[in-house]
Amino acid sequence: MAYIANTPDDVRVMLGAIGLDSLDQLFDMIPPEYRLDRDLRIPPALTEFDLTRRVGALLARNEGADRRVCFLGAGSYDHFIPAVVDSLASRGEFYTAYTPYQAEASQGTLQATFEYQTLMTQLTGMDVSNASLYDGGSAVTEAVLMALATNRRAGRVVVAGTVHPEYRKILETYLTHLDSEVVTVPPQNGGVDPSAFAAAITPDTAAVVIQHPNFFGRLEDVAALVDAAHAHGATAIVSVDPISLGVLRRPDAYGADVVVAEGQGLGNPMSFGGPYLGILACRQDYLRKLPGRIVGQTADRNGKRSWVLTLQTREQHIRREKATSNICTNQGLLALRSSIYLAAMGPRGLREAAELSTRKAHYAAEALAKVDGLSLAFPGPFFKEFAIRCDKDPRAVLEKVGAAGFHGGVGLGRWYPELADHILVAVTEKRTKDEIDGLADAYRDALAAS
Amino acid sequence: MYKLDQPPLLFEASRPGRSTAILPPCDVPVVPLDSLIPAEHLQKSAVPLPELSELDVVRHYTNLSSLNMSIDGNFYPLGSCTMKYNPKRNERLAALPGLGAQHPYQDDSTLQGMLAILHELQNDLAEIAGLDAVSLQPAAGAQGELTALFVAAAYFRDQEPDRKRTQVLIPDSAHGTNPASAHLAGFETVTVKSDSRGLVDIEDFKSKLSDDVAVFMITNPNTVGLFDPQIGEIAGLLHERGALLYLDGANMNAILGVVRPGDMGVDLMHYNPHKTFSGPHGGGGPGAGPIAVRAKLAPYLPSPMVGRREDGTYFLDEDRPLSIGRVRAFFGNTGVLFRAYCYIRSQGPDGLKRVAQHAVLNANYLLSLVRDVYPVPCGPRCMHEFVASCRTLAKDRGIRAMDVGKRLIDYNFHAPTVYFPLIVSEALMIEPTETESRDTLEAFAAALRAIAAEDADSLHDAPFTTPVSRLDEVKAAKTPVLRWTP
Ligand SMILES: Cc1ncc(COP(=O)(O)O)c(C=O)c1O
Repeated sequence: MAYIANTPDDVRVMLGAIGLDSLDQLFDMIPPEYRLDRDLRIPPALTEFDLTRRVGALLARNEGADRRVCFLGAGSYDHFIPAVVDSLASRGEFYTAYTPYQAEASQGTLQATFEYQTLMTQLTGMDVSNASLYDGGSAVTEAVLMALATNRRAGRVVVAGTVHPEYRKILETYLTHLDSEVVTVPPQNGGVDPSAFAAAITPDTAAVVIQHPNFFGRLEDVAALVDAAHAHGATAIVSVDPISLGVLRRPDAYGADVVVAEGQGLGNPMSFGGPYLGILACRQDYLRKLPGRIVGQTADRNGKRSWVLTLQTREQHIRREKATSNICTNQGLLALRSSIYLAAMGPRGLREAAELSTRKAHYAAEALAKVDGLSLAFPGPFFKEFAIRCDKDPRAVLEKVGAAGFHGGVGLGRWYPELADHILVAVTEKRTKDEIDGLADAYRDALAAS
Repeated sequence: MYKLDQPPLLFEASRPGRSTAILPPCDVPVVPLDSLIPAEHLQKSAVPLPELSELDVVRHYTNLSSLNMSIDGNFYPLGSCTMKYNPKRNERLAALPGLGAQHPYQDDSTLQGMLAILHELQNDLAEIAGLDAVSLQPAAGAQGELTALFVAAAYFRDQEPDRKRTQVLIPDSAHGTNPASAHLAGFETVTVKSDSRGLVDIEDFKSKLSDDVAVFMITNPNTVGLFDPQIGEIAGLLHERGALLYLDGANMNAILGVVRPGDMGVDLMHYNPHKTFSGPHGGGGPGAGPIAVRAKLAPYLPSPMVGRREDGTYFLDEDRPLSIGRVRAFFGNTGVLFRAYCYIRSQGPDGLKRVAQHAVLNANYLLSLVRDVYPVPCGPRCMHEFVASCRTLAKDRGIRAMDVGKRLIDYNFHAPTVYFPLIVSEALMIEPTETESRDTLEAFAAALRAIAAEDADSLHDAPFTTPVSRLDEVKAAKTPVLRWTP
């Protein structure tokens, strides 16, 4: 019996102690008319041996970054994960623990989370960070809700059209049910025009959302966009790529009030989209409305420094419908992985990852731009990702590039119909010159054959 | 858990110049960075992260891990959390590149194994629920609740365009996420009382049921560990008014294969695979919060869902015009869903039913061993968990639930959930799960009984053998220190 320790003898003794004759009687509280009178229609049990073979075989049918050279991005990236991350985060003492409700028995998780919060403030230049949210997308929405609650405004939210389309979709899904209005400023040439952005911001605007580098990999005129928000007293929420902070200015330097990010790139596998890590850090002013768990420093009876979950009066288990968010389970293990990643990489390693990504992405952009039938879509500076325009049907071209052994890029048409002939290409530090040259060749062949 | 001292913080252990060689030299032309990115965008100085050697990092986290209690090391009877064994076989499979190296925007044709697994999981979860359609997207139970309420709201907008149902009814015994989710979904929450047995007070429920009610959120088995047999009647009354019955599925472990929510009138529900289906809790997360719904609600589920074509191939179905949208980016917490799949495959139909039987057996046995010392107000029987009360112990001897919880740590047991649910005073909410042995349950009962006989004054100072003694939570909240500063 998988994972059950009770022997037939145990069962007899235990039933006797309860005063019952059969396991079935344990359920006599359930009216018989609701009881299932047949077996569940799911496949029969597999032993460990069979499970390992069967599931292993199913997984082997996937052709991911392990089988094709990966130039996919759009919010999930094939960055290198040092061995220490997997090794340490797979310690059972970490991953089989619950949320650290009993602080004295959870100082490991608590200290690691306090360190995570500190690392996030170091990375973003913000004053405080929570202990994690579900992912970068829901972090945008939580940040907006936090700004709405803090500013107590009617709640117009101005969003750059260059924010990840799925993040914007989440925001829309949540805000439909509240008295807020989302206004999207459409992209121009792969970026947001600061004057168009400023024009959309009204005195009743509670928050603006900017992504930098944006969804197309381009750098926004982020300082101007933040200034436009502040001109009307709106909260400036900036969604960043944490790896980019190895080379790009820290968000505090251009005045961001709230920084959110998808933390996947910091040591977490792509894993078909999750579990990921929602990072949310902000200026002190927002602390009382911050969603999610927070770990604080305190002392024990002997005055010894220690850590504990704190400011819980913001949370659902105390405040119920008045809580700042409904989040309970978060992404603790991913936050731990990201902390280990940053500890292992250090300031130099993070800078190397960011510089290598930058240089290789620019090399790739140049190589692809030289291919007949491809051109760089947008002017302006970018980090590790860029859009190309493809003269022939991108689906057919990507399919051929795929057959040559590359995940060649993400078609943009599904989110931006006007960019149906555009492909987004991401390049991390893992890609070699040979792989990039190979990608250019694959595109060249695919276009020639199409 | 070992009784080591805490290591210094990463930042205190940092030494300028220490590092670990991880990345290779640049193999494309090294041009000045500011020729690629304008200087105005560039960071002038390095990010102030700690500087450590690889061994520094390994020792640090290894030592930190030893300060935790965990399922791997300890009995962890945290009520409502279903802290069952997390199978190692699932971890090894989840570490394969066939999962980890898959990008969410790969072409469907390169994801056929992944999509087959997720499609099977959708089907299994629908069958276990007795409902018709499943979305795997929500990232945790709380987000599943919220998503389901969005679905309900969208359904009513279509069904009843001329009016708005504004209320969600929630029992006073419910988990805090229920009212928080209802509020976020734009509903007014109305609390329904529990009766003296710990079940829904049916008269109070009836008095609050009106045409303004959209959804009743029930937890069944509920948070005091009882199955509420009135659920069919409740469903009937709701349906007469056109309202929906939601099930908080956090306690599914008690009824797997025994009774299905859909068969007792539930219209929509969430699962917590990180409880019921053995996903490790990760020291706080990740979880997942798949939701199952009746056919009439299926068109509103978030997109995408996994579809299967005639030819047996799988695809991500985005073409769902009535969908509420999405609640997180990409597909879902796939890693957690994958482990749930492995678990369900390992158990099969018989195994899942046995899980429920032994979860309930273990809880009832434990209850029988302690109830003379720790009264169980909603006893004398229970499903997968029970809520004991320290009320008399507190009154007679000054021993509070918190003291008992803290002292258990000295006996090498994690504490139960304390002070929840709110309807039982001095609550100790105990959920042993099916994976614990009779020996463990007996040892735990012996510890509980021993503690009740201990000196009350000394108990207020427990625990005594942990790396830190009892913490000052008030200080933490009053003068918040939320990050290290030099
Ligand atoms: C009864 C109940 N409902 C809902 C939840 C919320 O689930 P999650 O923590 O996965 O968001 C929990 C878990 O803590 C619970 O115990």
